[in-house]
Amino acid sequence: MAPDLRQRLRDALRWEVGLLFALAAVVVFGVDASSQFLTASNFFYLNLSIGEVAIMALPMTLIIVTGEIDLSVASILGMSSALLGDLYHRGLSMPLAIATVLVVGAVAGAFNGFLVTKIGLPSLAVTIGTLTLYRGIAIIILGPETISTFPTRYTNVGVTPVPHTGGYLSYSIAFFIVLAVVFAIVLHATPVGRSLFVMGANEEAARYAGIRVRRTKFLLFALSGVVCALAGILYTFRLSTAVQDNGLGLELSVVTIVLLGGISIFGGRGTIVGVVLAIAVFAGLQNALLLTNFEQRAMGVVTGGLLLLSVLIPNGSSFVRRARDVLRRRALTQEGAS
Amino acid sequence: MTVTAEPRAGSPAAGVAGDARRLVDLVFRVREFGIVAVLALLVLVTASIEPRFLHLTNIQFILVDTTVFALLALGETMVVLTRNVDLSIGSVLGLSAFLSADLFGHHPGIPIPLVFLAGLGIGLACGVAIGFLTVVGQVPSLVVTLAALYVIRGIDVLVVGGGQVVASSLPNAFIEIPKKTLLGIPILAVIVAVVVAAGAYYLRSFRSGRELYAIGSNPDAARLAGIPSGRRVFGAFLVSGAVAGIAGVLYAARYGTIDSTAGSGYELQVIAAVVVGGVAIFGGSGSVVGAAFGALLLQTILSALYVLGVSPFWNQAIAGALLLGAIALDRGISLKLASMLRKRRTHLGA
Repeated sequence: MAPDLRQRLRDALRWEVGLLFALAAVVVFGVDASSQFLTASNFFYLNLSIGEVAIMALPMTLIIVTGEIDLSVASILGMSSALLGDLYHRGLSMPLAIATVLVVGAVAGAFNGFLVTKIGLPSLAVTIGTLTLYRGIAIIILGPETISTFPTRYTNVGVTPVPHTGGYLSYSIAFFIVLAVVFAIVLHATPVGRSLFVMGANEEAARYAGIRVRRTKFLLFALSGVVCALAGILYTFRLSTAVQDNGLGLELSVVTIVLLGGISIFGGRGTIVGVVLAIAVFAGLQNALLLTNFEQRAMGVVTGGLLLLSVLIPNGSSFVRRARDVLRRRALTQEGAS
Repeated sequence: MTVTAEPRAGSPAAGVAGDARRLVDLVFRVREFGIVAVLALLVLVTASIEPRFLHLTNIQFILVDTTVFALLALGETMVVLTRNVDLSIGSVLGLSAFLSADLFGHHPGIPIPLVFLAGLGIGLACGVAIGFLTVVGQVPSLVVTLAALYVIRGIDVLVVGGGQVVASSLPNAFIEIPKKTLLGIPILAVIVAVVVAAGAYYLRSFRSGRELYAIGSNPDAARLAGIPSGRRVFGAFLVSGAVAGIAGVLYAARYGTIDSTAGSGYELQVIAAVVVGGVAIFGGSGSVVGAAFGALLLQTILSALYVLGVSPFWNQAIAGALLLGAIALDRGISLKLASMLRKRRTHLGA
């Protein structure tokens, strides 16, 4: 067990060290691209641009660790944003509207969890379905309307820095930091966290070991729903607008960050530290590219490319390792024969 | 599920296995018949409320709109049968629609078949890239095609920029393609029906077609049985890309105006159509005919809602709900079927 643990630690560390180098490269690229890159205002802008995605990446990390996936995150964000706008527009008080949106987010996530754990459907198919459904509900709620009459007291949360942080930190990233600490402790320092890895590595073994696989997964999907609703609220306040296509396509960024962070798409492996580093790399790269006047709507080329790389690289290294093992074994048998 | 081994004649298990086969076949026939029944019911109810629904022009519209989706569904079915998924088709369609239609602007008088070939080539190129990454790179198709969805759309945005192709820059003969009819039936619909029939025949009667089912039913067993899984899956992605490329040219002919958002979100509608049409999302069972009927059902529902005055803002939610309903239904059917087969086996003491 001990050497195995050391081996796994080394594997994980190697990926995170790689991310540190990538981050350094991004910073060099950014500084080279624009003198604006290392300014406080740009850092705050970078905070704003990645906040909601970073928040949604946390529950996604846990879900992918258990070997499932949730592609509906951006649609839950959009639905929450539309609902918040509509409820407020209809005259509900803001705190009540926020509470309702969070509950609806939890229900949306729980519905995913219900279909996956109780009905036994694959999470990929379920969340492609709810990606369509929840975005469809957002379209039903708002149609072509745009609601942008939110009180400044709330929209300030979206666009002003947290006080006493020197103007660096956005509220969304402050939320993210608190959540990241909680998620890191839960994933890496509690029995629940260990059980998530076991589920991802071998679900059947986990069940025989007495882990309540279904209940845990159900709760994870519900948790993802609440957190995405929170992200939807922050997104709405940041742009001071609720429209039906808010956050369209952000699931790509979220999945990219999680896989870039070294979480295995097959489940059972990864660390929150890796995901946090991946967020920094991703946000830095995006920001630097925008400073070079890269077409924002074409950012998918970069994000998609990163996603492919982050899956191809570990596959490539395991391919090399397997080839090396085969060669070594062949060499040994030849030695034995001679 | 449909690839249960042919039992040897005369062996004691033959009777039981043959019986089970008949049961499985029956269930799937009922499943596909169900779509036709739902379709008929939908048409009847809608027409009784709003007779305009059965106007020839409306039916022609539905059929022409279905052709693009039925083609895409054909490619998607091939991929889904092998227990993979292709999320990139909407983007491939968009890229092909713009680039092929743009040819008319740059090369006035270019023959139309050449434009279709260009669309096919663009689709094939995308299919090759995706198939290569999935098969050789050993990356799950979900990840590859999710990335491809945005990479190809991004390339589309970079190529198109803020511009667009407008109908006035396209030759009349091209715009007229979707409008041509044969005895009142759009010629496109006839052609696509023939293509779908050919696809169904291929999947039913060709060795490599059957192998797609085997791969989807049990990838490990298929590999152990000596099926060249990699090559077959690669082929499925190639077909899906090629078909999306052709569908892009048809899209251009149908709508005339093409910007960088053409076809976005189509992948969701197509997956919904395929699953509603009875293709198991876990792979290994279903048919392209079912998928084509799924596409027809989806288009008919959208048209019925429009005719009945329901806001088109409901369309996406309905597609999502149908998709979820269909996978839940299929799960229920397969559980029921499994328990029925188990019961039979114990009864017969085999």
